[in-house]
Amino acid sequence: MEDPYATLGISRSASQDDIRAAYRKLAKLHHPDLNPGNAAAEEKFKILAAANDLLSDPDKRARFDRGELDAAGQERPSGPNYREQAEGSAGQRYSHSGPQAWEGADFSDLFGSMFNQGRRSNTGPRPGEDQRYRLTAAFLDAVNGATRRLTLPDGRTLDVKIPPGTIQGQILRLKGQGGMGSAGGGNGDAFIEIDIAPHRFFERNGKDISLVLPVTIAEAALGGSVKVPTPSGPVMMRIPPHSDSDAVLRLRGRGVPKHAGGAAGDLHARLRIVLGTIDPGLETILKSWTPAQPFNPRAEMEAQP
Amino acid sequence: MMTIDVLVSQTRSLSLADVELWVRNEWVKPETVEGVVSFGDIDIARVLLIRDLHYDLDVDEAALPIVLSLIDQVYDLRRHLRLLSEVMQDSVPDDLRSKLLENLVARRG
Repeated sequence: MEDPYATLGISRSASQDDIRAAYRKLAKLHHPDLNPGNAAAEEKFKILAAANDLLSDPDKRARFDRGELDAAGQERPSGPNYREQAEGSAGQRYSHSGPQAWEGADFSDLFGSMFNQGRRSNTGPRPGEDQRYRLTAAFLDAVNGATRRLTLPDGRTLDVKIPPGTIQGQILRLKGQGGMGSAGGGNGDAFIEIDIAPHRFFERNGKDISLVLPVTIAEAALGGSVKVPTPSGPVMMRIPPHSDSDAVLRLRGRGVPKHAGGAAGDLHARLRIVLGTIDPGLETILKSWTPAQPFNPRAEMEAQP
Repeated sequence: MMTIDVLVSQTRSLSLADVELWVRNEWVKPETVEGVVSFGDIDIARVLLIRDLHYDLDVDEAALPIVLSLIDQVYDLRRHLRLLSEVMQDSVPDDLRSKLLENLVARRG
């Protein structure tokens, strides 16, 4: 369908009067009654009439200008219909499971029970099922690595190799140690989730290990060497003079040892001054002691209750 | 296929900023053909759907992704069901099909 403006030979900005004038002029030329038997003129007149019909109505003209009506004055369809599009193969683009084509799994998810019957009666090889177990590992076994025996509900035992640096909830896979396959299908795998028991002294933060290290008042004030337990055995650590409670001393490389998951971590020892039983000697010293600079450890607390 | 400019100019009450935001949010995923972002029929239909949801039905921007996600799931299901019904039509004998229909109707009661 021709552009109605072109049909009437006018510009898009033509006024309503221009439109009427242009139409009258052309209609006189092509009016069927003035051109009896001339099919071409009749056709042309129809087109003129339609163009006039559209443009002489300001409302329709405006809608045409906005593209809501086509040149024949028909409502332009408001665009492709989403339902038609989405139900067709194009809809895959917005599929919830992604734009890739469906796999068998998508169908078994929906219609699984419908097709299971057929699969059960299948006598072909079937792989054994995977089985899941939990094993509680001692703190140091998880840090340093160890082999532990797990007794399964069916009486079998599995030797589980816990690698160094194992973390809470880590799942180890033992290939072929799950359920038995049938008719030549392979065995399933055993998956063992590691639960790590807490330690009396050590605490783990990623690859670092921390502990609270009790020290005497003399060791804290004067400094000295003390024996510190680490996951790989005790080591001697120097405490600098004038150390206070809550000071954290670091033993580099004495945390979780180096393993496949990364470099060795550190051990953080937080000092805690422990007085123990106060003997008369200390009592005498403290009674006769006048600090050069009086010290109130609660100063901050008292300033801001 | 049309570019974003053509789409916006041809569509009632739709701003360029709207469509750009919708594409950024991946509510509409037009293809890029030879470096030009091109809206296919499904993308155009989706733009119109979002426009209607947002402007005519007052679904706000926080609710839109949820609504779209639910709509997508429904159409996923409908496409699965349609495919299933096509396959049934092709590969399930007539008598079995009518038996299925019979049972379906009986269960629905």
